[in-house]
Amino acid sequence: MTEELTRPKKKNPILRTRLPTLPPGARSRVALGLTAAAAEGRFALQSCRDCGAIQYPPREACQECLSLRLSWKKQTTTGELLAQTVLHHSNDLFFRERLPWRLGLVKLDCGPTVVAHLHSGIADAPVRVHVSARLDRAGQAVIVATPDKESTMAEDRQMREFTCDPKFRKVLVTDGKSPLGQALINSLAKAGADLIWVGHSEPWKKFPGFDELKKIPQVTLIPLDVTDSKSVRELAAEIGGKVDILVNNAEFHRAFGIVNRAGVETARAEMDVNYFGLLRLAQEFGPAMRARGADGQAGAVAWVNLLSIYALANFPSHGTYSASKAAAHSLAQCLRAEMRPAGVRVVNLFPGPIDDEWNQLLEPPKLSPENLARAAVNALRDGIEDVYPGDVAQEWLERWRDNPKALEKELSS
Amino acid sequence: MSILLQLAKELTLGKIKVVDLTQTLAPEFPSISLPPEMGQAWPFRIEEVSRYDERGPAWYWNNFSCGEHTGTHFDAPIHWISGKDLPGNAVDSIPPERFIGPACVIDCSKEAAKDADFLLTKEFITTWEKKYGRIPPRAWVLMRTDWSKKWDEVRDPVQYQNYDETGQHTPGPDVGAVRFLVEEREVLGFGTESIGTDAGQASHLRPPYPCHYYMHGAGRYGLQCLTNLDLLPPVGALVVAAPLKIRNGSGSPLRVIALVESQ
Amino acid sequence: MRKNYEGVAVAVPVTVPYVRYSIRAAHWWLARAVSELLKISKLKKEQLDGLSVSSFTLAPDSAVGLTQHLGLSPRWLDHLPYGGASGVVALRRAARAVQAGDAEVVACIAGDTNHVDSFRLTLANFSQFARDAVYPYGAGGPNASFAFLTAYYMRTYGATREDFGKLCVAQRANALKFPHALFKKPLTLEEYLVARPIADPLHLYDCVMPCAGAEAFLVMTVEKAESLNLKFAKLLGTIERHNAFPTDPIQMRGGWALDRDELYAQAGLAPQDMDFLQTYDDYPVISLMQLEDLGFCAKGEAPDFIRSHTFTTDGDFPLNTSGGQLSVGQAGAAGGYLGLVEAIRQLTGQAGERQVKDARAGLVSGFGMINFDRGLSSGAAIFAKL
Repeated sequence: MTEELTRPKKKNPILRTRLPTLPPGARSRVALGLTAAAAEGRFALQSCRDCGAIQYPPREACQECLSLRLSWKKQTTTGELLAQTVLHHSNDLFFRERLPWRLGLVKLDCGPTVVAHLHSGIADAPVRVHVSARLDRAGQAVIVATPDKESTMAEDRQMREFTCDPKFRKVLVTDGKSPLGQALINSLAKAGADLIWVGHSEPWKKFPGFDELKKIPQVTLIPLDVTDSKSVRELAAEIGGKVDILVNNAEFHRAFGIVNRAGVETARAEMDVNYFGLLRLAQEFGPAMRARGADGQAGAVAWVNLLSIYALANFPSHGTYSASKAAAHSLAQCLRAEMRPAGVRVVNLFPGPIDDEWNQLLEPPKLSPENLARAAVNALRDGIEDVYPGDVAQEWLERWRDNPKALEKELSS
Repeated sequence: MSILLQLAKELTLGKIKVVDLTQTLAPEFPSISLPPEMGQAWPFRIEEVSRYDERGPAWYWNNFSCGEHTGTHFDAPIHWISGKDLPGNAVDSIPPERFIGPACVIDCSKEAAKDADFLLTKEFITTWEKKYGRIPPRAWVLMRTDWSKKWDEVRDPVQYQNYDETGQHTPGPDVGAVRFLVEEREVLGFGTESIGTDAGQASHLRPPYPCHYYMHGAGRYGLQCLTNLDLLPPVGALVVAAPLKIRNGSGSPLRVIALVESQ
Repeated sequence: MRKNYEGVAVAVPVTVPYVRYSIRAAHWWLARAVSELLKISKLKKEQLDGLSVSSFTLAPDSAVGLTQHLGLSPRWLDHLPYGGASGVVALRRAARAVQAGDAEVVACIAGDTNHVDSFRLTLANFSQFARDAVYPYGAGGPNASFAFLTAYYMRTYGATREDFGKLCVAQRANALKFPHALFKKPLTLEEYLVARPIADPLHLYDCVMPCAGAEAFLVMTVEKAESLNLKFAKLLGTIERHNAFPTDPIQMRGGWALDRDELYAQAGLAPQDMDFLQTYDDYPVISLMQLEDLGFCAKGEAPDFIRSHTFTTDGDFPLNTSGGQLSVGQAGAAGGYLGLVEAIRQLTGQAGERQVKDARAGLVSGFGMINFDRGLSSGAAIFAKL
């Protein structure tokens, strides 16, 4: 049943590019708990802290004991398909353009019955299925059922709508000079990206890995300096209408906070690359990507930002860098809102210290560029929006969620 | 007729030509690179404020930003530690008459074409003097290498910067040449076509960066990233190089022009 | 032992003729319903001292806003958002009001308009659960929800499309004798089977057609009805239930199964005493569930029941004698009134050429509000001829 993903045909340049539509995106506030978990790739449902009952659809009070103490807990991801249907009619534009559409009613092993989008590989009911929560093009979580945990999402016509798989897509990586940039390029090439434009600033500076980079057949080096509006504008004019996935990994990182470094020039450079660089790219590449949200099988789908776990709480020994990443995080939220109407997903990476030059003196564990690159590509494949890769990021996140003030105090001592 | 009126008349008649020795300020023009952990000069950047649009309906203008040492620029003595305590060592305090002087253009273009690390020596200068006469006091000595053509003609930032694993390779003066110009010829300053009045490998000279060290230490000036030196005669041109009047400024981008009499 | 429904009369069955789309507001349709009630009953507006309203499209108004809109001053007022169970629930509330003397004459009205885009907007915001957990999944509306139930029912109990088709064909035959039905052409089983798929296994004729329209009736005491010289039927018993069997993983039974014994006990009658049945029929599978849950056959035996009975007004089991919603159209909340209004006609001799012969007692069932994965509200009532 599964449709293999094939290389999209070359676009007919005289046909109209269809405008993007979105699936219904309205949710009650309480239902956004499903979205919050799905944004990180988790399947969580409300669980009653008093009687343990698992709830779905999301609600304000426990349907068993009326307790108001419901919290979102990770759940088992198996169930049985009770019944299925294939819609040949829909009241919504997005689905109307994608009919027929297969749906199922799944009894979860953890309790509730849910409506779910069905992977075409699932046999007729009754049958065991794997469920997960995915972000749809509206950026909201939906429950999807697949034959098993390993089912390939991109190979299924419906499931593809929930992913941003780089396969057969054209990608811009804004900085090819850093070890992370090169790891990202390798991962994207391995994932089947059709074409990888690689930003190359200050081309007179030779960098390690340059020759290897030029050997990757998908790679085209292009001049790009995110601190130069003209450079960004000119590149966007040249390739902006073709970029399906933009990976903004350009960053400027120096150690120290306020008193251990005189002047504002380094901090300004951090802001210029990490914050204004994102702004420049978003202003120049955003409009074309928004217009191409429905451009065939390989339209514009995702925008990846290299942020930092320090965006959540300032790490004083890298204090100005943290501040610039916090600014970038805030701007990325704005970008996410503005890309939403096109269904283009903004994926934010929040790594802990990367094992690179500028973290030389930080104690391990440090995240290898290769592992971060893998996490980024997996996020695109799985449709994840917020990525906290590695042990340090996971631990900071947990501490921050538990008590942000406590984390601030811990970091300041 | 006064000299200046005469000059104005000759300019109008085209008997005196004005040669622009300045590179265009643009974001893509190669900028100086220091080790990444050190402070960095801003490259030239420009942002549109309005262009007859909702940001300003009838006018077009830009904001630009750059370091003092961007594009074709002027180095003041205060730029270098050796000149830090001299009187009149900053762009705002240099007596304005120092911005104008005769040019002596020493053609090293053949040598620089053969060897990017070519160093101008005292001997090379004295040989030049035998042909064109002694360098007068308060002259701008301009080292013509045609290096600017790497940018003007092919727009290749890689060639223009010319880095490899051991750093930058661009021509410049050696220690003896600088000392000779400063001590024995009392020049106004020294100008080059590459980034830096010193050679790319000048950090290995003793002292490092001799042109900066001795020129500025003696209250003299530098001009860098010049172009069109090949349009100047070896002697006879008058150079006007007035930097922006930045309080206590160490240098400034500027428009460098040369007046040349037609043959 | 709770109080019975003795002495309650239902009268003046009104159908405001349906149209597919209307540019009027719900108020227009409800106003026409009230006006018809008054015209037929010869009551004055002031004599309607009770009003019960059901409508999906009345917003932002509620029943109280409608009183000012229509210049009514009732001393008893109800607004009932129970969808397909609205008719039975309105009847139950009104019956108690007239028994207690809180109101003398209660006008029960239900109606909705249908603009070209009304249905989609109603679906998108039908309930919090629907908005959060159903509509984003293909936005199929009730078609998708009933597709699941139908698929599951077919697999579990062996129902076939022919079984559902038999009901639809019979109801169409009934509808051809009901002047207000929107469907005017006969339907054959062949046409039913080859219709285009909507949401597998549902095809076109399994799905109700949304439209605009209104239904209404009056509730009063038997004495009052007699004093007004109105034809009326007697209420013998009535039940309602909401969110029955919440732990069933999928809905294969409704609240009727919990309450039917009490219903028949109130009426002093049994299923076999019913001369007709008006089920809530937005999709055929739900009629099968009502046949089972109301005791006409055991769970899972409705397919056999269908195969061994005929359902036209002259058949051995007259069902949805005006055509049901599948052949008349679904005018929003009025869909929950359709069967009840038709039952009054059948028991007061006003059913014209579709009159069920010697009809003395009949059962009306309501079902409504697919809040998430199932219909939450169920109700039923038994009426008898005077």
